[in-house]
Amino acid sequence: MQYEEILHRCFRCGYCKLPGNYVDFNCPPYQAFRFETYSPGGRMWLLRAWLDNKIELTDRLQEIIFSCVNCGNCMAHCTFPKFKDQLLPAFTAAKAELVNAGRVPPVIRDCLTRLYQSGNAYGRSPKKREQWTRGIEIERFGNQDYLFFVGDVGAFDTRGQEIARSVVRCLKANGISFGLLGAAEISDGNEAGAMGETELFRHLAEKNIQTFNALGVRQIITLSPHGFHVIKNEYPRLGGNYQVFHYSQILAPVLQKTAFRTDLPPVRVTYHDSCYLGRHNLEYGSARKMLSAVPGLELVEMERNFQNALCCGGGGGNVFTGIIGSGLDTAARARVREALASGAQVLAVACPQCAVMLADAVKVENLDGRLEVRELSEIVNSRFEAK
Amino acid sequence: MYALKYDPQICAQCETCDCLMHCQYMDFELAEAKAEREKILTGQASKVLNDCVTCYACEEYCPADNHPFYQIVERQEEQGVLPVPTPITKQQLRMMQAQGTITPAAVNAPVINMCFFPMLTGCVRGPLYENASVIVGSDIFCNIMWLHFGKNSVIRERLPRMIDNIWNFYLKDSGVDELVCFHDECYGTYTRLAPAFGMKVPFRPVHLFEYLSARLDQLKNQIKPIGAKVAYQRPCSNRLVPETQHWVDDIFQKIGVERVERRYDRENALCCGQVFRAQQRDELADDIQQRNLDDMQQAGAAYCVFNCPACLFTLADAVAERGIFPILMSDLCQSALK
Amino acid sequence: MKELYRELATIVGPEYVSDQAEERYIYSMDPGTMPPAAPDLVVMPNSTEEVRRIMQAANRHRIPVVPLGAGLVLSGLSRALHGGIILDMKRMNRILEINEMSRYALVEAGASQGMLQAHLKKHHPGLKHSAPDAPPVATIAGNVSIHGSGHISHAHGFHSDMLNGLEVVLPTGEVVRIGSCATSDYWFARAPLPDLAGLFLGWAGTTGIITKLAIKLYPNHRFNDVGVFVSEDPELVPDILHRMTGTQMAEDITAWMTPKPDWARGFLHCNINYGANTKDELIWKRNLIRASVKDYIDRKIAGFMPLPSAMKAPFLDVPGRILTRFADVRKGGGFEYVGAIMPVELFPTAYHRGLEIAEQAAVSYSLGARVIGINHCMMFFYAYAFNRADDADVRRAQQALEETNRAVVDMGGIPWKAELPAQKEILRKMDPNMVALMTRIRAVLDPNGIMNPGNWEVD
Repeated sequence: MQYEEILHRCFRCGYCKLPGNYVDFNCPPYQAFRFETYSPGGRMWLLRAWLDNKIELTDRLQEIIFSCVNCGNCMAHCTFPKFKDQLLPAFTAAKAELVNAGRVPPVIRDCLTRLYQSGNAYGRSPKKREQWTRGIEIERFGNQDYLFFVGDVGAFDTRGQEIARSVVRCLKANGISFGLLGAAEISDGNEAGAMGETELFRHLAEKNIQTFNALGVRQIITLSPHGFHVIKNEYPRLGGNYQVFHYSQILAPVLQKTAFRTDLPPVRVTYHDSCYLGRHNLEYGSARKMLSAVPGLELVEMERNFQNALCCGGGGGNVFTGIIGSGLDTAARARVREALASGAQVLAVACPQCAVMLADAVKVENLDGRLEVRELSEIVNSRFEAK
Repeated sequence: MYALKYDPQICAQCETCDCLMHCQYMDFELAEAKAEREKILTGQASKVLNDCVTCYACEEYCPADNHPFYQIVERQEEQGVLPVPTPITKQQLRMMQAQGTITPAAVNAPVINMCFFPMLTGCVRGPLYENASVIVGSDIFCNIMWLHFGKNSVIRERLPRMIDNIWNFYLKDSGVDELVCFHDECYGTYTRLAPAFGMKVPFRPVHLFEYLSARLDQLKNQIKPIGAKVAYQRPCSNRLVPETQHWVDDIFQKIGVERVERRYDRENALCCGQVFRAQQRDELADDIQQRNLDDMQQAGAAYCVFNCPACLFTLADAVAERGIFPILMSDLCQSALK
Repeated sequence: MKELYRELATIVGPEYVSDQAEERYIYSMDPGTMPPAAPDLVVMPNSTEEVRRIMQAANRHRIPVVPLGAGLVLSGLSRALHGGIILDMKRMNRILEINEMSRYALVEAGASQGMLQAHLKKHHPGLKHSAPDAPPVATIAGNVSIHGSGHISHAHGFHSDMLNGLEVVLPTGEVVRIGSCATSDYWFARAPLPDLAGLFLGWAGTTGIITKLAIKLYPNHRFNDVGVFVSEDPELVPDILHRMTGTQMAEDITAWMTPKPDWARGFLHCNINYGANTKDELIWKRNLIRASVKDYIDRKIAGFMPLPSAMKAPFLDVPGRILTRFADVRKGGGFEYVGAIMPVELFPTAYHRGLEIAEQAAVSYSLGARVIGINHCMMFFYAYAFNRADDADVRRAQQALEETNRAVVDMGGIPWKAELPAQKEILRKMDPNMVALMTRIRAVLDPNGIMNPGNWEVD
């Protein structure tokens, strides 16, 4: 198994379970299940034991391996500099071993099947990928400055579609020149890769790259940080070299010049750092800059922010598979409680997957009316002076 | 081998004894200074050997370039009067030892010598250092710091090898014969210290500020004047090469900063104090650091500009606490470029 | 066992009990060298009431119970030597009360060092607790119950000295309050009542389960600094420590010696950490500390390292990460240490013996000593790193540890949180009446012998 040479070097010291300021546990599967086996250190030792034939590959071990949501907290906070950066690659490599052996939890198998058969994680017809655009005028990509890459959640999830429409509105209002692929778009492959299906990832990525290159795409704006991450970091080795931006990076510099209403009541907002913008790509500023540009917003920080942010728990395909469940201690529920404790009325997100996970958590926690999850452009649009 | 080029006759005949009379840390009447000088000349115990803080300044004060400071260090070593406790000295000797890991590498001019400060190689970036090569590592460490430890013997032992390494592993085969020294210590080593010990230096050392000044001329159209008041922390090693001081003002003028008039500047500059701490003289270090920083603050400096990494590491926090921005000269120049 | 499983699932909820192979594997060992001893069940309670019911069930079934915090004891004390239940206490991690005026914190037994530290930093920045150098997930209860020590131990003793009171569940299921909390709403002291806390400190979990504890808090100074005093002769160290501790200016004094990096080899470093409310006070303390060792400085045989702020940072870190990182020295994720509680005058003997053992056993080592109290004693640690993927390397470390334990007991010290072989050494040397008393007490508290059996038992 790739990276297996680091497995035994884990000391199970537990720094990986915590954020840098130690305020609470910060590893979503460990938080959800609380057995040491679900912590990064436990997973490392179990993988070593499995490879050494000391334990068997049971359903539970499969679940433990796939419970990793790829948030990267362990990599950020492991105290061993010589191999900390290989922790997540090792866990993903372990998932790949299980995928290759055909030994994956059913929910993972079903999700991968949908991705393979339909080119999206929802199993919906590719022809329906453009449905979210009904009623709004958006051009197909031709020779605009940017391709706007929507991703599966933006295209097929109801909430995701709302966000996609809102972001597009905001881009247009700020004069950004962009076009869509429409039904030619296929899943960016990030979740496939995160679930260890490296061949499926390659298949999806290569298809997208072919489409992009045929159209002469040079610059891409993504809706989702997941798409941002994978197109920026993984597509180049497959021949896909583009300048890639998350929409917040495009909007942040231009919003300063935007006219906003000043008659609306002030709102206290806290921003949830999405893992694929934040920890994985060190982009902590653009979303905050967007929010700071809007008068009447008081930005408050949660205790776990920037590199210490608590993942919403949606990564590693979990938003589609629900493998870590929705118990009291799950990440999304803990996160919305933390947002409420910060004094915020609005929990701002830059990722449609985070939006889905956190909005569900607000409901389960009975916080409707006290905390609202809103995506960045929705906040901006709601405060924009309509001409 | 590598005898110090020191002429006792010059000292014996010197009427002014500037080295001791101008010392910022020891107070002498002329008669007393001459008496202590006599003791040093004749190899007797002298309080100068105990009380010298090793700030290098007397190298500048001596009108005859007779290396009074290096001679003090010779005597310290001969008489076992160590400025720094033995265990600390031994540790430092080990820490800064050449690792023997140097391998030949092609370089091209300008070659920037980072000595043994790998943490600062990030300074060499952008148009200011276009096409520059960087050399760094324990095997090219200049070793001048042993002057602070009463260890001329270590300089004699280690420095020739460093000079050879720079020449044979990097410069010679690349056809480069100039070396831009990022740090005054290195420039002082190769222009003053090495020759004082009779060591030949086959390359031409270039002071960083000479390089920066020329480069700023070339990038003239890209300079946006900074428009701030700055204090300059003159490092002790610049005392070996006082003729380079004008580069500081040249650069400041080109990047549009005003050097504040303050007491502890130029010939009156104060040591950063880290060496005093090694000598276990904490209260003296506290005192001079306080005076130095008070001086900068009262003069209204917005930046404290450093050349020496050791001064920077020592004073950066204290400077910042005063609301003054600590910055290396190189980075200040970077910030002036659009 | 199936019957017990069902009962436990009813008590804590089915998602918090496991008899699965994965849990039994992971919970069978800690990151030290002791061989695995797997439990039958792992249970994670969330309240004292749940613990009470678990103990009653365990007693009924006569199944062993082993309490577990973060599992970082490294000497294998939380293995299930006779199978049974491992009680993972970490769900019970609430911080219940911070009393600013009386400077104490009341926490559940699973509360971690890191979370208390973070909580105080945010809500009570003028207070701190004495944290060990264990990783921040380590539990406060686990460390107190083994007589741990840490960053304020020079000033205020063992962490068990800083204990104000306990809530424990006895092996037979009774919930008992010990200390002032037994008669008052305040957890301010163990005096003046008969001090029953001693029944649960240093017993390796063989007398009951701690469910709550109150620990003393101390002023958190705005300004903090560290000096590192270096000498070459271990014979000087007891006097150096005696002098420095005599100033009573510092919070933590720890000596360390390590062969790597190379510049550190052969040098004795004494780290002295101190804090103050103003900069002037800090400098004044520094000067007093320096004055105490002036004689050595004047003779140039020792001195303080000149450290710029960036180099001081690792020595000011609480907990210090340097110790945890020792585990990767052999690229093998393992280290274990003998912590020998002994008088400071034994320092040179302890040091020389450590060097001998390490060199003979060809292990990677690090030696050090944290002063407890005003030179009242020290925790001299002999840390040996090993590569857990290399059986021979693990064995070498084990042999070094065993030899060290024997050497420590022979020279008049006592291994702290003693692993099983070390327990035997200690018991062999112990006053037989003390052994008898310990046995009697255990029999009274734990008539069915279910509490972490296999530990502290005479052969």
